[in-house]
Amino acid sequence: MPFKLLVVACLLYVAFLFAVAFIVERRAQAGRLGWLRSPLVYTLSLSIYSTAWTFYGAVGYAARSGLEFLTIYFGPTLVFVGWWWLLRKLVRIGRQYRVTSIADLISSRFGKSNTLGVIVTIIAVVATTPYIALQLQSVVLSFGVFASATPDGQAPLDAGQTAIWVAVGLAFFTILFGTRNLDAREQHHGIVTAIAVEAVVKLVALLAVGIFVVWGIAGGVGDVIARIDAADLSAWQVQPGRWAGLIFLSAAAVITLPRMFQVMVVENDDEGQLARASWAFPLYLMLMSLFIVPIAVVGLDQLPAGSNPDMFVLTLPLAEGQGGLAMLAFLGGFSSATSMVIVEAIALATMISNHVVIPLWLRLRPAAAADDLRSVVLMARRVAIAAVLALGYGYYQVSGGSAALAAIGLIAFLGVAQVLPALLGGLFWRGATRTGAILGLVTGFVVWAFTSFLPSFGPGAALSDAVFTQGLFGLAWLRPQALFGTDTMDPMIHALFWSMTLNVIAFCLGSLLTFPGPVERLQGAAFVNVFEGTVGPERWSKGQVDPEALLTMAQRILGEEAALSLFQTAARDQGKDSFLPDPTPAFLNQLEAQLSGTVGAATAHAMISQLVGRATVTVEDLMAVASESAQIMEYSAKLEAREAELTRTAGALREANEKLMQLSIQKDAFLSQISHELRTPMTSIRAFSEILTEGDLPPEMVVKYGRIIHEEAKRLTRLLDDLLDLSVLENGTVQLSLGLASLQQMLDTALIAARQTRPERSFIIHRDLPSEAIYLKTDADRLTQVFINLISNARKYCDASQPELRIAVRQRAGRVTVDFIDNGKGIPKDSQSLVFEKFARLTDANRAGGAGLGLAICREIMTNLGGSVAYLPGQGGAAFRVTVPLRLEKLAA
Amino acid sequence: MARKESPLFLARAPYRRRRLRDASRLLPILGIFFLLLPLLWTEESRLSLSAGDVIYFFSVWIFLIGAAAAFAPGLRSGQGPTGDED
Repeated sequence: MPFKLLVVACLLYVAFLFAVAFIVERRAQAGRLGWLRSPLVYTLSLSIYSTAWTFYGAVGYAARSGLEFLTIYFGPTLVFVGWWWLLRKLVRIGRQYRVTSIADLISSRFGKSNTLGVIVTIIAVVATTPYIALQLQSVVLSFGVFASATPDGQAPLDAGQTAIWVAVGLAFFTILFGTRNLDAREQHHGIVTAIAVEAVVKLVALLAVGIFVVWGIAGGVGDVIARIDAADLSAWQVQPGRWAGLIFLSAAAVITLPRMFQVMVVENDDEGQLARASWAFPLYLMLMSLFIVPIAVVGLDQLPAGSNPDMFVLTLPLAEGQGGLAMLAFLGGFSSATSMVIVEAIALATMISNHVVIPLWLRLRPAAAADDLRSVVLMARRVAIAAVLALGYGYYQVSGGSAALAAIGLIAFLGVAQVLPALLGGLFWRGATRTGAILGLVTGFVVWAFTSFLPSFGPGAALSDAVFTQGLFGLAWLRPQALFGTDTMDPMIHALFWSMTLNVIAFCLGSLLTFPGPVERLQGAAFVNVFEGTVGPERWSKGQVDPEALLTMAQRILGEEAALSLFQTAARDQGKDSFLPDPTPAFLNQLEAQLSGTVGAATAHAMISQLVGRATVTVEDLMAVASESAQIMEYSAKLEAREAELTRTAGALREANEKLMQLSIQKDAFLSQISHELRTPMTSIRAFSEILTEGDLPPEMVVKYGRIIHEEAKRLTRLLDDLLDLSVLENGTVQLSLGLASLQQMLDTALIAARQTRPERSFIIHRDLPSEAIYLKTDADRLTQVFINLISNARKYCDASQPELRIAVRQRAGRVTVDFIDNGKGIPKDSQSLVFEKFARLTDANRAGGAGLGLAICREIMTNLGGSVAYLPGQGGAAFRVTVPLRLEKLAA
Repeated sequence: MARKESPLFLARAPYRRRRLRDASRLLPILGIFFLLLPLLWTEESRLSLSAGDVIYFFSVWIFLIGAAAAFAPGLRSGQGPTGDED
């Protein structure tokens, strides 16, 4: 196929991407993003993980090392399916604190330290420059494949020229869409969408080639399986160290690669996107690698020995004369390379401008408050993008583009993975400190450079032969590929092992041994506890700052209009009708958050503290807040206790009140009852004494009336006696004469005494004499009185024709119970609770001169004797149970 | 600053949601197990790539993707506006 056509197709494709990015930017500005913010676009944009290294390199990797290429995808798969562990927190923090890059995240977490920002930036730039070179190289190689296949002998561009054209083109595109404006949240919808389109192109291209290879060249799945089994893929053997190490490495890289962080965290809009990507992104990776092995195997079979397996994706279709397919594959590879370079360049440029250029600028020209910092930031980013691409091109030229793609990729992975300990420590360990992070990062970076990066240039290039064989400074234990004498390890795993181990050790030791500053501790708490809402005090104490100066500064960064509207809103929230709000801590926080979305947390913090004049909070402030909140908690606990006490008291009062009311009612009832009881005998006494005073009555009538008067007077006396007795008992002033007495004797006495009641009735008494042989220490007279009362009641009210009374005595645990059970009808259930009340008489039918005070007195006596009397239901008749203590001690009056 | 008091026992739906989170946390661990399992297979006789290996790894891969896809909707709906935590 003509080379010119290829160039034209390439340009058309680029123009198409331009158009996509342009249209989306327009829509984004109009606020009409709609489905463009869907999880699908997010997932597709994540696919920049698979670069040209994947697109071309995976086949070469498979041809050289068998299935080991899969480890590069298993790591991200594990990280994404386990998103609830880490990514969710990362994305939440990124959104909440307007993180602009991974350097910003690390710097912000460790007290907004710009030093850390610079370190991470340097690591990222150094580690990813070879990676960018790799992309340029793959594009050049793929051009070369077409050029060599050009039949018309037209001289194609040489490799160097291709590379420079590609680099310049990419720089142009990136600058155009990556630095159009300074967004408050550093998002680039246009570019993300263009990348999503490229993701589709590369997937379709690779699948198309794969399908062609499996069903076009080979004879379907069965044939491919047979070929795989037959192929001797470089004697592939799982090397446990490499296998596990590379899975870990790729998992670390997918989190820490600047471009992945950019699309995954910075460009993220909500967690729903992440939830979808948790399975959709691994699915994408799976589809991307589905046909890698078949292509590698068939390529090794079909193509002449010595062909570059990295280019099988292109050379296989070309060798079969499928020009169109090869063109699609070429565009796929082109997409992989360009999308990676664009995002990487943006991410790196953001870091460079926010952590290197702007702080420098502010330091060099602190007085230049009037100039528009926005243009400086934008210019810094543009220059940085160009510089990053120039670096990549330079590396490509220096390294000569000869190394296998996979090796360079892994070295870059390991470089950025050095950020992982600081990142994880910062997210999950409040004790991680700035010093620890700096030590860990620097240690990891140095070890990585010495064991992996510098040796990758080959012996005699960056490191001399002598260093390789004899070690640094002639120390044998400092050989770059055999640190501390570990010379049997695979070089890659050797570098991974030592860089990560020493990194983690330095990080942990540094964190354990140092004391973090106040801002650091605040940020640590805020990041680690990001899901528990905002924590900690305001970061700014009320400063002496002129709001106008703040506005001027904000305008320099946010732009005039945005800054004005931000200030106006804040002023309105404070209830002021102007453009200048009071510099309250809350407002300063808000302003800082806005600024850090553009220039990074460290710079934003530095700029505000420059104006506010004091270094925000101190350790003492933190302590004060802590003790304040402790006091508040203590106070509220006290309040709660007091409230509970009040509730209890109120309840007791209410109860007492109810009792009083009841007593009052009872008293009224008692009074009316007693007047009635007193009046009845009085009435008859009066009536009969009147008749007597009239005289001339027959003597027998006089006798009769006199007896009636006498009877009624006796009744009155008895009633008054009872009342007196009751009141004495109720007041507890009764004098008990305690002594030992036989229960049997008391019952005998009681039975004899009760015989006077309705003596005409013959009762059958059932007793169990042996059980009654108990001596009680009690007041025998009083207890007997109770027994008499109960037995008399039975005699009075038992309505059976053959009345029987059973007396059962039982002794249990220091108490004696005496049951009196007759065989009458008993007391109706609803009256059972009434019988012990004063003047309670259930029927007047068998009235025998009682005033209805008997049982009430019994109850009072039993209370005084430390026992009780109660109605015993369910005994087949009226039944009362008297309970007395076996030995009554003197009660405290 | 006071920690929210979390209830000791949960209703059925939040309970299921928490167990779903647990499952989603355990999934990568299961994945690591499956992906490292082949390390125990290596024997002298298996020096070259076999189609069985390829099929095994892709099956594990598809299983992980499927499980994550099954968990994702429940996890997403579980995120209340309060950012309720485990």
